[in-house]
Amino acid sequence: MQKLLYGLAGLALGLFGASAVHAEDAVKVCLIISYSGQFADTGNQMDHGVTLYMKQHGDTVAGKKIVLIRKDNGGIAPDVAKRLAQECIVRDGADILAGFELTPNALAVGDVSAEAKKFMVVMNAATSIITTKSPYMARTSSTTPQLNFTLGQWAAKNGIKKIYTMVSDYGPGIDAETWFQTGFKEGGGEIVGSVRFPVANPDFSAFIQAAKDKNPDGIYIWIPGGAQPLAVGKALAERGIDPKKTKILGQDALGFESALQGMGDTALGIITVANYDYNHDSAMNKAFVKAYNDEFKRNPDIFSIGGYDGTHLIYEALKKTGGKTDGESLINAAKGMTWESPRGPFLIDPETRDIVQTVYIRKVEKVGNELRNVEIDKVPAVKDPAKARMTH
Amino acid sequence: MHPVFGVLFDGLAYGMLLFLMSVGLSVTLGMMNFVNLAHCSFAMLGGYVAITLMNAFGWPFLATLPAAFVAAAAASVVLERIFFRRFYRASDLEQCLLTIGIVFVSIAIAAYIYGTDQQPMQPPVYLRGSINFFGLDLAVYRLFLIAVALVITAALMVTVETTRFGAQVRAAVNNQRMARGLGINVDGLFAVTFALGSGLAGLGGALAIAMLGLDPQFALTYLIYVLIVVSVGGLGSIFGSFAAAMLLGISDIAGKYYVPAIGAFLIYLVMIVLLMWRPTGLFGRR
Amino acid sequence: MASESIAAPVRPVQYLQAQLRWQWGEIAFWLATLLPFVVAPSYLVLASQIAITALFALSLDLILGFSGIVSLGHAAYFGVGAYTAGLISAKLGFGEPLTGLLAAAVAAGIFGYLTSFIIARFRHLALIMITLGIGLVLQEAFNTAGFITGGFDGLQGIHTWPIFGKFHFDLYGYTAYAYSLAALFVIFLVARRIIHSPFGLALRGIRENNSRMPAIGAPTRTHIRTIYTIAAIIAGVAGAILAETTETVSLEALGFQRSADVLVMLILGGTGRLYGGLIGAAVYMVARDQFSGLNPQYWYFWIGLLLIAVVMALPNGILGGLAHFARRMQAKP
Repeated sequence: MQKLLYGLAGLALGLFGASAVHAEDAVKVCLIISYSGQFADTGNQMDHGVTLYMKQHGDTVAGKKIVLIRKDNGGIAPDVAKRLAQECIVRDGADILAGFELTPNALAVGDVSAEAKKFMVVMNAATSIITTKSPYMARTSSTTPQLNFTLGQWAAKNGIKKIYTMVSDYGPGIDAETWFQTGFKEGGGEIVGSVRFPVANPDFSAFIQAAKDKNPDGIYIWIPGGAQPLAVGKALAERGIDPKKTKILGQDALGFESALQGMGDTALGIITVANYDYNHDSAMNKAFVKAYNDEFKRNPDIFSIGGYDGTHLIYEALKKTGGKTDGESLINAAKGMTWESPRGPFLIDPETRDIVQTVYIRKVEKVGNELRNVEIDKVPAVKDPAKARMTH
Repeated sequence: MHPVFGVLFDGLAYGMLLFLMSVGLSVTLGMMNFVNLAHCSFAMLGGYVAITLMNAFGWPFLATLPAAFVAAAAASVVLERIFFRRFYRASDLEQCLLTIGIVFVSIAIAAYIYGTDQQPMQPPVYLRGSINFFGLDLAVYRLFLIAVALVITAALMVTVETTRFGAQVRAAVNNQRMARGLGINVDGLFAVTFALGSGLAGLGGALAIAMLGLDPQFALTYLIYVLIVVSVGGLGSIFGSFAAAMLLGISDIAGKYYVPAIGAFLIYLVMIVLLMWRPTGLFGRR
Repeated sequence: MASESIAAPVRPVQYLQAQLRWQWGEIAFWLATLLPFVVAPSYLVLASQIAITALFALSLDLILGFSGIVSLGHAAYFGVGAYTAGLISAKLGFGEPLTGLLAAAVAAGIFGYLTSFIIARFRHLALIMITLGIGLVLQEAFNTAGFITGGFDGLQGIHTWPIFGKFHFDLYGYTAYAYSLAALFVIFLVARRIIHSPFGLALRGIRENNSRMPAIGAPTRTHIRTIYTIAAIIAGVAGAILAETTETVSLEALGFQRSADVLVMLILGGTGRLYGGLIGAAVYMVARDQFSGLNPQYWYFWIGLLLIAVVMALPNGILGGLAHFARRMQAKP
């Protein structure tokens, strides 16, 4: 019996020793994403992006193994996000914090990243000020001003004179409204009216009718993903607004695949701005989309590409630092990094650590038998205008 | 005609949908005082059954509606036998906990089988688009919704007012102990009513997809609205649920059209005021 | 928790004094709360959030378990407290934690007192829906005032000063847990004293039979308003501690999800037993943490099963089940 105990103890020690040695050669990346709750879909897509990249490029970088630790944030819960980040660092020994589809969570974890000096990669959350929270943070998605300011300017330049704006009444929506209106007005356009609708709004009929009453050339709509784009589309059709006559403008969510499928032909003519769409015509993207479909049986979207490129950033930064995982080295390696992504050219701005990328204007058109977002224009190398104006 | 009528029409259709989803809960809560927070899970089940039949098996939309009803009713019979039956005498809080547990499980199962994204669904061609009525654009699907809801309401009212079954239901809602004393099999009655109510919720869920979308969170998202309709309408009153659903649908929409700044909370303020005025609901028992 | 024998009549004062004596189970419980410092130091942040939630659950128990007021909007007071403490730190730059608690208690107390006039007049479903409505309206109001509160993004710029100038809020959570545990213990003592007093007995009378109480001369409405205000103050303090220890507050602190979660935890632990909320909070949050660690996508399936299992096996919650079990053990010869 005693021998058995000694044997077991020895085995345990050996395993512990081995894993301790093994731990030295591992880089732990903590993925804080909403896997449950109403944002679960965006979280899953982001996770798929990360997993696909790791599958394609292996899980060893600069001689070290990448270990993913997944934590479920469960939706908007900044106190939970902060705790998960703290636990990841303290309990699991995480070196890098990544994920974050939602702004409140990213902001809360920013404090942890700054205090613990850990490299942090934001793969979706789009509010401008997020990257200012920690000097070790970089972003691989987009910022709300980047997309909406560009759309506003484009609209003014392309013959739309009077616009009515409608946005969801919370942070990102208000942000989008501010920057779209700024871009549009600076381009010479006129805002004839605006409204903010409640966040969990199921029915848009009243709001769309109020917009129609003002007789604008275009209606700008900002809503988060989920069930709302569909409901908006229905309301537009039912209130008799033809996107081919009255221009409907919006951010990516309005052009999401599920929304288009639900809206049907009534969606034709809707103009959206985005940093990525699975229809983007490049060899790299086609290969990416095919691989994604083979693995997950669905098309990638902006959340997937955020996760994919974010993982790329982590890998390349590690290669550049030769495997060093402290925040200082990694962020310095990340600054100024540039590459060709399935979305197009990609640059991490060395000053703001934020993303600089090509912004695409797309229109919903029928390609074959399906509705797709077809690129009609693009603006290259767009920096985040909010931060640019803060410093000047 | 002033565009607000078009908007009110939309509100009416929305209210009808809420009515279909809520009437079952109102009756079962009024009759047995059984707090079934999993009511919207049955609605969600109906929705997913309809979607599966349409997308995977190619059934026509109209055929999926009775299927959704039957599926939800069947599921409720099973759950009633296994779980709910034991909790009729239990406290409200225990019933809450049980049914919330069931909601969580149902959301997880839906997410596991169908994934977390929206289910795409296009109503059949003859239900799309809108017709022009005196200058107003009325959506065909909403007209259909209103028609279905009116037919069902009529059927329910007729059943409750003229049939023996309906009389027994009314007796059991009014005074359960007396009804038992008269020899009415209240437990059996409840099982049937429960199945009926859940079936209607399932039907509502199937009809809702084209208007509200469907994802695993459906079971929780619409629970609040259903509770508002049930409490404002009055427990156990079909007409009460109908009136409350209309009132809420229209005031919600009208509020958003005229005063969008408070559009979000108008529906809650209306509920609070109505409940303070009539705590047992508009048509509830005193 | 003492059981009375039917044989000898008990005088009320003796009864209350007997209730106030510390049982060995209670002492063991509080000693156990110190364990995380030693046994699981990497779980201290979770422990502090459990302590905060336990305090919140305790406040709900006072109105639900002891007075029969079912509220689906109790997070309103939690949120008011959290935002008060947060705003004082973020906008006025005054991050002293204990002052923040005091301010939060006052703000939540005032709001609780005002709403208690409405609450005291209703029962049953109307009460539940009205409390739900108040919570939702308040959340929308705070969202509309987003330029002050930061809306869903959360209030930025909260910086909590070290307690007594010395204990800094660190990454590991030592200070956070010590702070929240101390607050929980102190307020628990107060609540315990309130419950085991003539006022507490009156509350239980109100819970059991609201219409009969005025017949024996008890001012039910006043009592309900008093306990509701006290519960609001405690909830506000819990909210303030969350804001101070995590240095973030966002609208979900006031939300329906939070109100519903705490109700579930209280029922799980067992209502009307003072410790029910604490046990329920601990069990639920630890279970949720473990399940979501093991299965991030579908953990709520397991939580749902846990809830169903508990309600089927243990009527009256975990503590109710344990009490039942203890009585059966005692009954055996």
